[in-house]
Amino acid sequence: MLQWIHDNLISRMPVQASEWAARVDWLNDFITYISAFCTIAITAVMIYFMWRYRRKSETQQTEYITHNALLETVWTVIPTIVCIFVFWYGFEVYHEQRTPPANAEEILVEGYQWGWNFEYSTGKKGSGELVVPLGKATRLVMRSKDVTHSFFIPSMRVKEDVLASAYSYLWFTPIKTGEFPIFCTEYCGLSHSGMLAKLKVVEPEVFQDFINERSAEDLPPAELGKKLFTQKGCIGCHSVDGSAKVCPSLYQIFGHEVEFADGTKLVGDENYLEESILNPNAKIVKGYPPNLMQSYKGQLEDKELAGLIAYIKSLK
Amino acid sequence: MSSSAQTQQPGHFHHFEPEQAYAASKFGMWLFLATELLLFGGLFCAYAVFYNRNHELFAEGSKWLDWRFGAFNTVVLLFSSFTMVRAVDSAQRGDNKKVVGWLNLTIICAAIFMVVKFFEYKAKIEHGLFPPPNIYFGLYFTMTALHGFHVLVGIGLLQWVKSLAKKGMYSTTYYTPVEVSGLYWHLVDLIWIYLFPLLYLIH
Amino acid sequence: MGAYAQGSGEQLNYINCEKGFWSWWMTIDHKRLGLMYLVSILTFFVIGGVAALLVRAELYSHGKTLYNADTYNIIFSLHGIIMIFLFIVPGIPATLGNFLLPLMVGAKDVAFPKLNRLSFWIYVLGAAVAFCALFLRVDTGWTFYTPYSIQNRWGVITMTLAAFILGFSSILTGLNFLVTIHKMRAPGMTWNRLPLFVWALYSASILQVVATPVIGITLLLLILENVMGVGVFNPAMGGDPVLFQHFFWFYSHPVVYIMILPAFGVINEIIPVFARKPIFGYRAMVIASVGIAAVSFMVWGHHMFVAGMSNNTRYIFSFITFFVAVPTAVKVFNWVGTLYKGSISWDSPMLYALSFVFLFLIAGTTGIHLATLATDAHYHDTYFVVAHFHYTIQGGAVIGLYAGLHYWFPLMFGRMYNEKLAKIAWLILFIGFNGTFLPQFLLGMEGMPRRYYDYPVEFEPLHKISSIFAFFNGLGYVLVLVNLIHGAFKGKKCERNPWGSLSLEWQTPQFPPAHDNWETIPVVTDWGYSYNKPAGYDDHAQHSASKGGSTHV
Repeated sequence: MLQWIHDNLISRMPVQASEWAARVDWLNDFITYISAFCTIAITAVMIYFMWRYRRKSETQQTEYITHNALLETVWTVIPTIVCIFVFWYGFEVYHEQRTPPANAEEILVEGYQWGWNFEYSTGKKGSGELVVPLGKATRLVMRSKDVTHSFFIPSMRVKEDVLASAYSYLWFTPIKTGEFPIFCTEYCGLSHSGMLAKLKVVEPEVFQDFINERSAEDLPPAELGKKLFTQKGCIGCHSVDGSAKVCPSLYQIFGHEVEFADGTKLVGDENYLEESILNPNAKIVKGYPPNLMQSYKGQLEDKELAGLIAYIKSLK
Repeated sequence: MSSSAQTQQPGHFHHFEPEQAYAASKFGMWLFLATELLLFGGLFCAYAVFYNRNHELFAEGSKWLDWRFGAFNTVVLLFSSFTMVRAVDSAQRGDNKKVVGWLNLTIICAAIFMVVKFFEYKAKIEHGLFPPPNIYFGLYFTMTALHGFHVLVGIGLLQWVKSLAKKGMYSTTYYTPVEVSGLYWHLVDLIWIYLFPLLYLIH
Repeated sequence: MGAYAQGSGEQLNYINCEKGFWSWWMTIDHKRLGLMYLVSILTFFVIGGVAALLVRAELYSHGKTLYNADTYNIIFSLHGIIMIFLFIVPGIPATLGNFLLPLMVGAKDVAFPKLNRLSFWIYVLGAAVAFCALFLRVDTGWTFYTPYSIQNRWGVITMTLAAFILGFSSILTGLNFLVTIHKMRAPGMTWNRLPLFVWALYSASILQVVATPVIGITLLLLILENVMGVGVFNPAMGGDPVLFQHFFWFYSHPVVYIMILPAFGVINEIIPVFARKPIFGYRAMVIASVGIAAVSFMVWGHHMFVAGMSNNTRYIFSFITFFVAVPTAVKVFNWVGTLYKGSISWDSPMLYALSFVFLFLIAGTTGIHLATLATDAHYHDTYFVVAHFHYTIQGGAVIGLYAGLHYWFPLMFGRMYNEKLAKIAWLILFIGFNGTFLPQFLLGMEGMPRRYYDYPVEFEPLHKISSIFAFFNGLGYVLVLVNLIHGAFKGKKCERNPWGSLSLEWQTPQFPPAHDNWETIPVVTDWGYSYNKPAGYDDHAQHSASKGGSTHV
């Protein structure tokens, strides 16, 4: 019962997926319990006084008490001591969070409106999904292409802003495999809430294979395309089922007439799809503003581009 | 409330004792000057940050400024502070005619300052330095334009103070507007004293 | 507006002494100015509140509920900008402060009445410019972070210009108050006898005068970055967006104390009156107020723990931030201590005041989570922060404003509102507010970021609860405003000083006060907290180092 109260009303922290998450959560709970205790206790005393000393008559006498040096000293000193303790413990854990070990695996992170690109130590690139090894320290070196973003992995308890003017860093050691959400936590415009990514923690051997593999796997084009569609972050702005998002839905875009902002029309074909991926501003669908989508020129191998086109064609 | 002191005051202080009004006005002006220091302080802070990060940019940029114009303007403003002090002194003696004279000199100095500024800006524009191509010039224009704006406001203020002198308002018991605008004027001068070396002399 | 003297023997007070729009627009009477500010800020409160309900309505469910992301970004930005710059920063100082300060110190008006009027006109100008900006797109959030805000868009330029103009109104009001408190106190109104509301205004005014110019230069630089290019905040020109944040928060942290210190002051005035006891720990309250104001200048970096400052800078800001917590805790203990052995009335001003204590406990203690570095790394820019600042600003400053409006209502209008409706409205408001924002602490723990148009479906249940209660929160305010507005015009006329306060503002010859407050300046012989003071009791024997030469009743 108490556990239920704790898990649902006191602390709804995400899964403790990093080495220090337990300590962060302990500190958080400590602060919450002390705060809740003080709030409830002081409020209870207040309500008790309200009732006990309620006005019973207009001429009711009260006691002329202006201060009490001892009491005031005690209730100044004790909160100060508690504050110093809380600061100290928070500082200790945080100091560790800001001191990555020298042998940490480094991954470059690039934030842009509105997605994330990653580059691993082997030069392998990815976007939308960040793969890291279990049990080893990973250090992210981050930079923005445009405005200020922020990289937040709730289950790792880490966050750091991603700037255009300088590199910033954060590091963590995952202790659980699995997939964990990544959010952008610095408002960056239209699709700030669409700038989602995934952290994938895998066994160290799997990680090594991953960063060493260079070409697209042997998948049928449309399946490869479907995988890339999520990995590259396309799904953040384009729906595949006709529902409205910040950019046109790709459902039934192939083989159907598309109207553009300048009034021209054409029937969606492979060339149109390829152009939209490599040079998105060439044609803007009516009802949408320009300059929303980044170009993927240079970021896709031919096989990957073909895969995406095949996938989008299949959305009927 | 003594009525003789009151007749020499502008109407809106009818609530307050003359000494109270004088003390209040001076205190109010000092507080206002504090806000001005913080306003310009932000710009000086930005200057310090970027100078620290990139000395060369500032030294290079500074070469485009003619230190002789800057030095001349500095002398002009210093002299105008002197004439302002004389104006306050005359007001304290109740000599309204001299107040007008000294304030006129102060205003002329301010106008000369602005004319020199005009020519300096014109030269910058002709050299393609406006809009500012880098942070040094961005700061140069922002700081000098904000300062210049304060000089213009100062001219307006002193014209108004002068108009009161023309009506013979000042006396040995009432000279608050002159003294208080004097404080403002000295601050405007002081800010320039800092701007001049930081912008013109750092190469 | 109000009842006008018809020669029927009704006394002339500051409301009916002159009629017509022009007499109000051109007034230099601090009381009329206070009322006009009140009407203005409450109008913007309603507009900002509508924006809030639109935000919560969209967030009711995952995915698009009512409108698209672009509209959402504009609405949440306007909500913040309107509520902060047009409502709560002028807030208590411009309204209750203007109305009460000269009355409380025994003066006929503030030090510079014409400057006071200019402050109001500047506020109106700023509001007009902000109104124009509503028709252009503003979607940067109220924080205007660069580089997103320097893409040369007219909406952003206009709105920052509006905020810049409004800053001058704030500075001049603060300046006026400081000079008034220093130079215009009545004989016998020593610093030791100053009402705590005045001490609060004093502390807040220092902040207004010292901090506001910094946001002034920041916004000016932002405008110039947009129209001409300066470079200091623009990465493309070698500038630094983090420097913008330093400049911005150097003001924006003290500003939250401009919002809350006067609210503390209001509570300090209400509890003694409604408990018929002197405020407990007057001296500690004064030191706490001035201390909070001073420390508030040193903690701005706690908004930037993850923004890219050096690690040592983060440690220092965290450490100093904790020192703001202690004086605030002391105040809470003093309020509860004042109730001890009192004679407590449960009238609506007291309900507001006591609920303030509860809400501020939650506000302050959740600040600890944010001041602590290790937990802030998780909480920054999540709903935890949103909940924290709504507890401090709405649960604190706004509740303080409404507490003060209910308390001083008879003094301002000579009438009373409906007490029963006031209690009902308060209850709906209290439940609605807590129901809206308590779930948001939990959302923040789960990792829900702020300023998000859409969110993963796992977050939906808590969002639904929050949105439903938000409408009760809104309903509560509607009832409060209906009650107060009706009371101002048609409320039952009340006898002078219905609450039995000993404070100086209630002792004017006329009730409500005449145009110039006092026919002759009063001579003060005691502080305003002497409820049931025993005969011959010497307040100053209890305090060490007293200002000499005071006499007692």
